[in-house]
Formats: sequence, structure tokens, C-alpha cells
Amino acid sequence: MKRYVVTAFIWLLLVLPLQAAAEELLMARSKQPFPETMLALQESIRAHGYTVSRVQRVDIGLTGMGYKTDKYRIVFAGKLDEIRYLSEKAPQLIPYLPPKISIFAEGSQTILVSANPKLYAEIAGDAVEPAFFDRWESDLRSIFYDVSKAE
Amino acid sequence: MRLIILVFLSSIGVAALAAPDGEQLYTRHCATCHGDKGGGGVGVPLALPTFLESADDDFLRKTVRHGRPGRVMPAFPKFSDAQLDALVGYIRAWSGKPAPRFVATPVKADPVHGKALFATYCAACHGANGEGGKGTGVTFSRRRDLPIIAPALNNTGFLKAATDEMIRHTLLYGRIGTPMRSFLEQGLSEEDISDLVAYVRSFEKQAGDSKPARVVPEEKIIIVESPYTLEETVENLKNAIVSQNFLLIRTDLLEHGLVEEGKESKQEVILHFCNFKFLYDALAIDPRVGLFLPCRVTVVEREGKVQVMTINPLYLSHLFNNEELDEACKHMHGIYTAIIEDATL
Repeated sequence: MKRYVVTAFIWLLLVLPLQAAAEELLMARSKQPFPETMLALQESIRAHGYTVSRVQRVDIGLTGMGYKTDKYRIVFAGKLDEIRYLSEKAPQLIPYLPPKISIFAEGSQTILVSANPKLYAEIAGDAVEPAFFDRWESDLRSIFYDVSKAE
Repeated sequence: MRLIILVFLSSIGVAALAAPDGEQLYTRHCATCHGDKGGGGVGVPLALPTFLESADDDFLRKTVRHGRPGRVMPAFPKFSDAQLDALVGYIRAWSGKPAPRFVATPVKADPVHGKALFATYCAACHGANGEGGKGTGVTFSRRRDLPIIAPALNNTGFLKAATDEMIRHTLLYGRIGTPMRSFLEQGLSEEDISDLVAYVRSFEKQAGDSKPARVVPEEKIIIVESPYTLEETVENLKNAIVSQNFLLIRTDLLEHGLVEEGKESKQEVILHFCNFKFLYDALAIDPRVGLFLPCRVTVVEREGKVQVMTINPLYLSHLFNNEELDEACKHMHGIYTAIIEDATL
């Protein structure tokens, strides 16, 4: 009995702060310029066991249109076995795969944005265990943490 | 063993009971948009001296608590009072001055006269109905020498947070470093300024009366079954994309880049496309729109059945708390639907 009480207490202490911080978009700011941040991002993605499948430019001609930056990329990343698993189990997720991270310059710093993987759990419904996406969220937060602390 | 558990629990207990750290809260929840030191970016520059001189602590607390519905700034309803105090204390310390104090007594004045003054002096920046300036922060949508977007004065979050006296103070003295000038210096009397405050406060009733709550669409994707083969459907889509004035960037496979080239599954084909004008407009609305980019439609074949599917932009938009983006997403939803219908008819 005591053990359950202790476990419940620890769970409450750990989970309540996360509840307060539930976010639909995950965002991070790197104090480094865009090229260094892009490098740190790709390194951290690989260190977490994911493959960068494509880096898409979406900024061609931005400065010509009067924007202050032309550094905007979309980084697609995933694990082959997981993408295959999800596209079979929950085909409604396919339009959202592989997961992506937007990265863009803001002055001399850089901002990262991604959907919270909880979104995918909502789309997948009962077809996939929510724990699958909890792990993605944890990895994504860890990647963003790495990038924001990179020097 | 019991001792270890006791020490562990004690340390967690102490951490949980300790006063919240304002800097940590700011770094985690605010710095990405507002900048490490409040210099602004996607969000407004909180460290602007004249902002902190005219915003009392209660305004900051309520702004964090309620956010700005539809105007990007999210609400943090689960923050405790202690967390709010810590966060506001951290932001306040940037000014090095004590917080201003404003009485909560409503200003009694003439909103009809205020309306006429608003049209002359305020509407150019704040919009005819107080809906605020366009765009989000200075990241992509504005020049950096214009550090602040005219706030939406008709926003329910703003109206909950700002007292009449705070609005009056801002009108009296303006905010140096922003386009907001002192109305006294522009020749208005204190009575005129009170009339303006009464008119701004009247938005409260209008907002409550007319604004429907934002609804998250049920459909997470747009999906249509195609009567054609996968190859035929892909070709049809290419034509449909061009006919909607979009440029086809490339066609590839879902597993591209994840597996050795040539070994990808051929059952999921993605068409990526773009319209640069649309892209620029979207970036000006919200720099975080990369989650929608590039535009793409996927053709999926399962057991001889071919389906065309794409994200539902209206669903994805609910993550952003941005009404302007919702409008752009309605447009994008129409384009996706037209392309898919055209290709599968």
C-alpha cells in the first residue's frame, strides 16, 4: 500500500508541472546563427536515432520580396521501420509523415518549430498506442534542448 | 534503501515546494517568441521601457493567464498564482523601476464621441474595429524598425487584462520607441482621451456579442478515393496542380531518404508544389507556417484501391491561435479540394 502511495506521490510531482506546460506547438530558440543551428539540429536528430530524409528550402527569393531573411528550411526526419509501421497501422497519418521541423533565422538567432507529436496520436486514434507518440515527444523535446544549448 | 527513498522524496518535495523560478519559466515558455531578454521577435518586445512603464503587473498576469485569443499569444490557464508572480517579477526586473499602479475604477465618458475620435486617430493602425495590425512580430512580417504591431484592442484577452486607467495612461503618454504617440501631444484633451477609453471599453460588449468560438474541425485529413490507377492519378494531379497556378516542385516517395534509393515502397507517392505569392503571404501572417510547407498531396495504394490524401489545413491551423492564419487555411483547403477533385473526377 505504502509503495502505491509513494508511486502516486512521485507521479503527481512529475506530471503536474508537465500538465501546466502542455503545448500544441513545440518551439525552441537557439542563440546561434542559422548555419550553426542547422548543423546542431541535424546532429542531434541523428544522435537520437532518426534519419534526416530531406531538407526542403522554402525561402527562395524571400529577400527579393523584401523579407529580412532568406533562411528558412523544413527538415523531415524519421525512422524507416516507424514510418512503415504508422503508414500501415494508421494510413490517415501519411499526409503528416515523415514528421518535420521548421527552422528559420531571426536576426542572429534561430527558431525551431514543430507540431507536438501528441497531434499525431489524436490523428491516429486507437490504431496506435499513445506511448509511441509520447516517446516521439520526449525525443523531440530532447533534440530542441540540445539545439538550444549548443555553443 | 528506505533512507535513499526518503532522501529522494525529500529532494523532490523541496523542489516542488520551492518558490517558482521566474527566469526558468520565462526561458521555457516565453523566450522563443519574445526573445531571451524580451527584445521581441514572433512576439512583442516586452523589455521596451515604455511598455513596462505603462503595463501594471495585473495586466501582465492576466495576459499570461488569458492570452490573446486568435492573436498568437497562447493562454496559460494552468499556471499557479505563484508561477505568474514569479514570471511577472522576472519581466518587471528588466525595467529597474517599480510597477505602475492603476485603479480599477471604470472611466465614465462619452463612447459616441470616442468612436469618432477613434476613426480619426486610431483606426489607421489599430483597424476600423480595433482588430489590430496585420502579421505576427517582426520575424518575417514586419520591418525590424517597427518593433510592435498595433494590438487588437477588441480582443477579449486584451480587454480582460487592461484596466481603463492603463489604457488612458497609454493614450496620455504614448509609448516611446513605437508608433504609439502621446495623444496630449497630438492636441487631444484629457476629456477626449477618456472618451476614447470609453469607446475601447465598448468593444467588450461587441466582442462578446458577435464572436463565435473557434471550432477545431473533426476531419484531420482531406481524403478522396480515385477511380484511376496510381500512375494515372499522379499524372492527373500534376495537371490539376498546374491548373491551380501552383508550381510542381517534385514527385517522390514517402520513404525517400529513409532507405537506400530504389528500395522505397512505391505505394505512397508525394507531389510537392508551391505558389510563391501564396507562400510569401502565409509567412507574413505567421512565420511558423513551415508546418504546412511545402504544399503536398499523397497518392496511396492499398490492395488495389487508390486514395488521394492531404492534411486538412483547417485542422492544423488550430495549433497556431491565429485567426488570420485560419482565413488563409480556408483558402488553402479550397485549393487542395479543387486539385484533388479535379484529379479524381
